Amino acid sequence: MPTNQTPKEIGEISFGLMDPEEYRDMSATKIITADTYDDDGFPIDMGLMDPRLGVIDPGLECKTCGQHSGSCNGHFGHIELAAPVIHVGFTKLIRRLLRGTCRECSRLTLTEDEKQEFLDQLQTTKDLDNDVNDVTKAAIRQARKADRCPHCGEVQFDINHEKPTTYYEVQQVLSSEYPEQIAAAMQGDDEEDEEPTSPNELAEKTDIVLSRVNEILSGEFRPRKEDRKAIEKALGIDLTEEDMNKLMPSDIRDWFEDIPDEDIEVLGINPERSRPEWMILTVLPVPPVTARPSITLDNGQRSEDDLTHKLVDIIRINQRFMENREAGAPQLIIEDLWELLQYHVTTFMDNEISGTPPARHRSGRPLKTLSQRLKGKEGRFRGSLSGKRVNFSARTVISPDPTLSLNEVGVPDRVAKEMTQTMNVNDRNLRDARRYVSNGPEGHPGANYVRRPDGRRLKVTEKNCEELAEKVEPGWEVNRHLIDGDIVVFNRQPSLHRMSIMAHEVVVMPYKTFRLNTVVCPPYNADFDGDEMNMHALQNEEARAEARVLMRVQEQILSPRFGENIIGAIQDHISGTYLLTHTNPEFNETQALDLLRATRIDELPEPSGTYEDGEPYWTGRDAFSELLPDDLNLEFTSEAGDTVVVEDGQLVEGTIDEGGVGAFGGEVVDTIAKVYGKTRARQFINEVASLAMRSIMHFGFSIGIDDETVPQVAEERINETITDANDRVEELIESYENGDLESLPGRTVDETLEMKIMQTLGRARDNAGDIAEEHFDDDNPAVVMAESGARGSLLNLTQMAGCVGQQAVRGERINRGYEDRTLSHYKPDDLSADAHGFVQNSYTNGLTPREFFFHAMGGREGLVDTAVRTSKSGYLQRRLINALSELETQYDGTVRDTGDTIVQFEFGEDSTSPVKVSSGEENDIDVDRIADRVLEAEFDGDELQEFLGEKQPATNLSEHAESRRMDAAGDRGATSVASEAPQVNDD
Amino acid sequence: MTEITDDIEAVVEDTNLPKRLKDQVYSTVDERDGVTVEQADQIAKAVENRYLDTRVDPLDPVGTVSAQSIGEPGTQMTMNTFHYAGVAEIDVTQGLPRLIELVDARKTPDTPMMTVFLEDEYADDRERAHEVVWGIEATKILALGDISTNVADMRVQISLNEDTLQERWPRVDSTDEIAGEIAGIIEDSLGVTTVQDGTSVEFGPEEPSYRDLLQLVEELRDITFKGIEEVSRVVIRKEELDSGEEFVLYTEGSAFGDVLSIEGVDASRTTCNNIHEIYRNLGVEAAREAIINETMDTLEEQGLDDVNVRHLMLVSDIMTNEGTIESIGRHGISGSKDSVLARAAFEVTVNHLLDAAIHGEVDDLNGVTENVIVGKPIKLGTGDVDLKMGSFSRQSGQAD
Repeated sequence: MPTNQTPKEIGEISFGLMDPEEYRDMSATKIITADTYDDDGFPIDMGLMDPRLGVIDPGLECKTCGQHSGSCNGHFGHIELAAPVIHVGFTKLIRRLLRGTCRECSRLTLTEDEKQEFLDQLQTTKDLDNDVNDVTKAAIRQARKADRCPHCGEVQFDINHEKPTTYYEVQQVLSSEYPEQIAAAMQGDDEEDEEPTSPNELAEKTDIVLSRVNEILSGEFRPRKEDRKAIEKALGIDLTEEDMNKLMPSDIRDWFEDIPDEDIEVLGINPERSRPEWMILTVLPVPPVTARPSITLDNGQRSEDDLTHKLVDIIRINQRFMENREAGAPQLIIEDLWELLQYHVTTFMDNEISGTPPARHRSGRPLKTLSQRLKGKEGRFRGSLSGKRVNFSARTVISPDPTLSLNEVGVPDRVAKEMTQTMNVNDRNLRDARRYVSNGPEGHPGANYVRRPDGRRLKVTEKNCEELAEKVEPGWEVNRHLIDGDIVVFNRQPSLHRMSIMAHEVVVMPYKTFRLNTVVCPPYNADFDGDEMNMHALQNEEARAEARVLMRVQEQILSPRFGENIIGAIQDHISGTYLLTHTNPEFNETQALDLLRATRIDELPEPSGTYEDGEPYWTGRDAFSELLPDDLNLEFTSEAGDTVVVEDGQLVEGTIDEGGVGAFGGEVVDTIAKVYGKTRARQFINEVASLAMRSIMHFGFSIGIDDETVPQVAEERINETITDANDRVEELIESYENGDLESLPGRTVDETLEMKIMQTLGRARDNAGDIAEEHFDDDNPAVVMAESGARGSLLNLTQMAGCVGQQAVRGERINRGYEDRTLSHYKPDDLSADAHGFVQNSYTNGLTPREFFFHAMGGREGLVDTAVRTSKSGYLQRRLINALSELETQYDGTVRDTGDTIVQFEFGEDSTSPVKVSSGEENDIDVDRIADRVLEAEFDGDELQEFLGEKQPATNLSEHAESRRMDAAGDRGATSVASEAPQVNDD
Repeated sequence: MTEITDDIEAVVEDTNLPKRLKDQVYSTVDERDGVTVEQADQIAKAVENRYLDTRVDPLDPVGTVSAQSIGEPGTQMTMNTFHYAGVAEIDVTQGLPRLIELVDARKTPDTPMMTVFLEDEYADDRERAHEVVWGIEATKILALGDISTNVADMRVQISLNEDTLQERWPRVDSTDEIAGEIAGIIEDSLGVTTVQDGTSVEFGPEEPSYRDLLQLVEELRDITFKGIEEVSRVVIRKEELDSGEEFVLYTEGSAFGDVLSIEGVDASRTTCNNIHEIYRNLGVEAAREAIINETMDTLEEQGLDDVNVRHLMLVSDIMTNEGTIESIGRHGISGSKDSVLARAAFEVTVNHLLDAAIHGEVDDLNGVTENVIVGKPIKLGTGDVDLKMGSFSRQSGQAD
């Protein structure tokens, strides 16, 4: 008998059918009454809520195992079915078995040789890991061909399957209307020029005595098979009709019982686990109440689970069936009840079978039965087993905080007080532990629970906290609140890549939002228009160590997709560095110090020069250079188009913009991350962000309507270009209408016209944009943003100041709407620019109603596109992940799946990590430079060891560990937080 | 100048560097003055350190990373099916639909096309290139001349255009001969007898029937007289390639096997966008390459050219791992997994469970999904190693 103990760890899972005897053995009770509770609200014995099936009400004891609700998993019961019924899941297999086995001796209608052959085939397909169904299907097809059983010689009939669960045996028998059919055929057909046949002729043709022919014709004598065939042949008719003999489940069960084990092996059925007759149910297991708990509503009424409702139906019909049969009811009624029982058992297992009306709840909602519970996204497999709910998680709105490091996350204090970390109290942290406990659950670095060495868990309350704090001793466990420096996992959905889940260090803050540094927006794809994010507090040292070493934000600066940094300056940061370095402005001492205020730089370098009054000044590039590593050398082209040169950590010339420090492959950030390490890169990004913010605040940066307004002259020139384009379009239309337009190769004239018009109008918009741009200064904020790559493009500028341009739906001008025209404002077949969605105004000027309408059409398409795309690409990603998730590189460099099948001998043909090498370039190691550095003996000690790869720089250091440790050393009493900071290589 | 002594050689050979890098180290040492053995050792070690740093780590879950690296840009792609690929004249499925099509390993793409490269003189000479074009593009009767139906005599009359004939059959001199050939094709495919007079061909149904006559005209329109049935259009373009300017053909519709055997076609460079056709004609390795190229092209077209090819290689490799092309999804890789639970958790849950019961399958919980289901650590990355905490002396531990 199966025990009800949950296994601690599952080694393997075997699947198979269950023997009815096993159902009875494991059953806690037989269920005979359809009722659940009696009038007093107690479960009825041998009813569906029998206490032996487990407990759901807290406080009650399970009658079978004696445990309380929560620890008792529940126990199965069983219903003895009055008559066997078919299991819906196996209807196809039952049909196959009926067709492939003998109706008399139940053996597979294959000769021994054929059987052996299929058996061998089956073995090879299994060995090759191919689909066994192909072989078993072929075996059945072969077996079906046999007219007679090769073992007992019995004639085989065809099996008809009426979905879902009815089977018929089809026999060819003489039609009841045979005399009429023969007579009609003998009449002949005038139209088809067929001569009538006389009985004499028929007798001759068929070799039947004339008198017998006459008897047959009068219906007095049923022709034997041979005679029938002869007549059919002579007259070219078919005298048979199909006789459908219904196979009752009990018949099928008897049939299957006799199938020998060897025979079903050929059909891919494992006889040790599954006997075919077990597909016909005689006993129905009743799921434990814990699997179908009833809910007590507010008004005290009990509402039962869908499965319970279904079981009630089954028991009722089962009871009625038995009563009727005992009372000797007519066969017809019995069959009706049998079918009804079959229906209920069928829908109990699957309520979405095509052709069967689904069983419904009183309210009309279809019941959610067994297979519906398993299926689909919210089903057991995808919803509860592959995706699990967890404790110690929090979710709230995010907001930006530029003062945080990119490694940090601001956690609201009320969240910090809920999420706890378990600390094992020892001599070294005893004082902290006591302090946390004495702070209670309401004070901030407090504690919620303590656990005594005897395993007893005590809740810390406002009342007992002082008292409890005294008692805490080494060996206790204290569940303390989150404090600064703890590591947590942070996530934003949709989690499309691994940078969607990163580890941050906690900074406990007031108010209710999670705070994060804006530079981590790109990897999460987050903005602050109401986005929410999730946080998970880690619960054991191993998880915390892995999170700190592998998942911390600074470890994720490089994206494996393109091998460059995905974290870097964004938006205003880029505008800031652009303003700082593009024209290389000068700053006096106060200003320069102010710029570098939030960085670790506290001393200015040698001034770049002096003003006329003798006061020294520093340039923007000097300020920026302070953040660079001292020996950095770089040369690249910036987004703005100039060449950036960095020599020995000094920005010599060029503009620092998106191409230099931006997220998605900013050269400087990328190089620092790859050459100087993640910690240096983190420091650099943090400092660039704060320098840029200081800089943009120094210059001031705003944008308004006036910034997009062009002078009258430009306005006129723009109008001119557009009128010009309109004229040219008219010309094109004219030549088209005259038939002068030459079509492009492979295009029709209509298509050619459309393409040419689109081209003309596109050019007109670009020209308008160019004109508008000429009139903007270089310090125009929109221009600065577009130039530096901070936000927006020149196209946006064109649309705001010049002309919005052609609106398109499905890549064409707008052609839909009324018959032969887009709007009733135009004449039919008007091909002109404005009739097909050319918006000649700029956003600043405002759109006309018609333009606005066309613009909305284009806009709508974009929205629909996005909606469709998200679902399609989501499914694509799910499939890709599912197919590739088991691949892993091995120590020998091969890529294998978990079954050890080799997929690649070397990852990506050269074992190069996609994280460390940019996808665009060849990865070459600069041996010369390495030799230079070694020969010049630039370093020694640790640095040399790191350079030679003999020592790895520590990756697990908390950003503030050092300062905290210093605090602790200086003042052990007051702030001894550092000793608590979870650090892996600390002592 | 430093001589490469045995000692230097020994220290360099001691490293795990590929030959290419070892040679570089030797030549670098060789160029410099007075490199000591110790320094050479340091150089070699530093190079090795850089080299090992760019290797993938053992037990790296490269599969998931690759899947994410392809799936994530999918959200940024357009749904717009039709866009122009290089050649403005031919519409090709692009963007997300094309990516899905490739990963699904569809039997025929939505818009099949071929890029046909030409051999030597065919590539340089427009006339010769056109010869190949006529060999590929399906020539229908409407392109060759006018058809008229003479209802009174129940005859179909075709008057062929001599110029067109000459153009499309450049190797044959007399137009009569070509017309004869055409008449022959008509006879073979329609089963009628034709009367040819110069460039006009005439035929009719055996028995006078208006219906048959129209039927014949309909069928006549569908006959391919020259070229490949599947290819409806060929565009010829002069392209600037590394090897200089040459003519390249782009076709609408594809018949890769047929095209390869046409004279003048450079079979070594010609490709098509149907991966199954490539698989049939050139084998799995070519199909693997084709999947990589096609996915890369699709991504590049959308401006996502920064995706590392290695990710595409992995996808392509798993699709062709069995020696045939398998799709990614229920009917391919995910559906043929060993584990019952993994299959059930992907799609068609119930059927997989029922089948498993019948076949008496055993799930030994090796994969990722199964272990998530039963709540065990998965065997990837840090879950694939067992580390035991070592004990070490207190002195060395207290570094600070």
